[in-house]
Amino acid sequence: MRNAFIRGLTALAAKDPSVVFLTADLGFKLFDDFAARFPGRFMNVGVAEANMIGVAAGLALGGYRPFVYSIVPFATLRCFEQIRNDVCYNKVPVTVVGVGGGFAYGPNGPTHHATEDIAVMRSLPNLTVVCPGDPVEAELAVMAIGEQQGPTYLRLGRAGDPVVHTTKPDFCLGKAITLQRGSDCSLISTGGMLPVAMEAAELLRGEISCQVVSMHTVKPLDGIALRDCCRETQAIFTLEEHSLTGGFGSAVGEWLAGHRMQTPLHSFGSRDSFLHVSGSQDYLREASGISARQIAQTIRLRMSETALA
Amino acid sequence: MTLEAIARSVRSKVVRMAHFGKTPHVGSALSCVDLLVGLYFDRLNVDPEQPAHPRRDRFILSKGHGCMALYATLAERGFFPEAVLEEYARDGGRLAEHPGPHCVPGVELATGSLGHGLSVGAGLALAAKISGQDYRTFVLLSDGECEEGSIWEAALFAPARNLDNLTVIIDYNKWSAMDRTHQRLAPLGRKWEAFGWDTIEIDGHDMTSVTGALALSGNPTAIIAHTVKGKGVSFMEDDLEWHYRPPTKADLERALAEIGAAEAKREIKVEVMA
Repeated sequence: MRNAFIRGLTALAAKDPSVVFLTADLGFKLFDDFAARFPGRFMNVGVAEANMIGVAAGLALGGYRPFVYSIVPFATLRCFEQIRNDVCYNKVPVTVVGVGGGFAYGPNGPTHHATEDIAVMRSLPNLTVVCPGDPVEAELAVMAIGEQQGPTYLRLGRAGDPVVHTTKPDFCLGKAITLQRGSDCSLISTGGMLPVAMEAAELLRGEISCQVVSMHTVKPLDGIALRDCCRETQAIFTLEEHSLTGGFGSAVGEWLAGHRMQTPLHSFGSRDSFLHVSGSQDYLREASGISARQIAQTIRLRMSETALA
Repeated sequence: MTLEAIARSVRSKVVRMAHFGKTPHVGSALSCVDLLVGLYFDRLNVDPEQPAHPRRDRFILSKGHGCMALYATLAERGFFPEAVLEEYARDGGRLAEHPGPHCVPGVELATGSLGHGLSVGAGLALAAKISGQDYRTFVLLSDGECEEGSIWEAALFAPARNLDNLTVIIDYNKWSAMDRTHQRLAPLGRKWEAFGWDTIEIDGHDMTSVTGALALSGNPTAIIAHTVKGKGVSFMEDDLEWHYRPPTKADLERALAEIGAAEAKREIKVEVMA
């Protein structure tokens, strides 16, 4: 997703001269081409995320469209109040880009894991929260962000995330993409869990008919897509590489309760604890119970309960 | 009117707002009145008729709790009618105890949490640089605010980016919300200097010094304005009580009498929305 983001940003910057890019000293060599192509519109502002957000707000007030970049916890949690006040309260078109959603920086440990960002960022008024499901969505998301006004959070995976979309999907912020139609249950994923959702659906093929939806925009949620899932299938499973506390699954739960939907919901995400083991992204997903195999197994169990009920 | 007379008029508005709004922070507002008058009546290239003009100079009140002084100065300068000040701290009013985004013409940034304004001001100055515009950006900080780490992130950033179109003013009244600041901050001027700012220390209540310092340019400039909290009202001066206590009617009358005979003659407005 990271490289797709840079492709998208480069295309957007070519189209829109107000696009500027700020990094808090991360992305060694990644932005060399961007910097060479758009001199003066690339800035390494140093290891100072709070200042970076404030500077971006000032640039936006001065007529620019800044994209600011760091690893998720540093881009969101470290400077959360700057995002809240300087960007969201003042409602300026700054896009905060976090790289390393979920356990993408697995071996770096919990300081670098991104498991609370969706929860806190979706609590901010005026902020659009975008978590693309694969590199194709990530690139399209940048262009879509360029079309809109207002503060945005863009949560990326890492370099080398699997490509899920084989054709270019119709991408609009706030409009989920249905990749596969099904009649038994809905697997609605956000962010880098999209390939896991596809794999789980594949593991269940012939047993359980799964609808697979990429909810790349967590805020605003796509109520039309959720309503469709409630109507067409018997249960909803949400997938996120993020804490179950306050994240995407919580957002869907709030929506279901708020709309008096009876459809059962089961959310897959990480537990309310720090992981005290080292490991790759795949290892940590397994340790959190959110590998495709584990998800498929839980869905089998839940769906048999639903059938009995 | 002289700048001193304008400052008296602004001070009288401030104490009225604090009384009728029943709000704290009157001392913090009085402390920076002369700095704001120097900015809005001598230095800033702004036009109240075109408050969003792209070439206007920018001012950010990073010490948002001093906003009574900003609201009163903007009204005095003609950005909006004086009657709008009566909305201060009233239910449904536009003027909160910390300024909201574009709550009235002339307010550039919503502030209130300390340590935010200098980075945003640096961003505005940077925007001017890369777009080739010639406006200047001024940011007013409180002294207590200089304890926020983000201020020093911005203090490192501006000289590194050669933001010679940026001036920071520190309202150095030696008080934060609970305690004296200067034991914790001194030597404050040398700290800014060490970070690469052209630093000048002035009497923040002497108009000639204020306007002289505000005229400086050529490098990122830090003005350490030595001020007195509650300046202009003897019984509020250098007394931390007035960070919290709203003036009573008797306090208001006494304050207005002190601020200036001309101002005191103006009838004290009755509460409009009471």
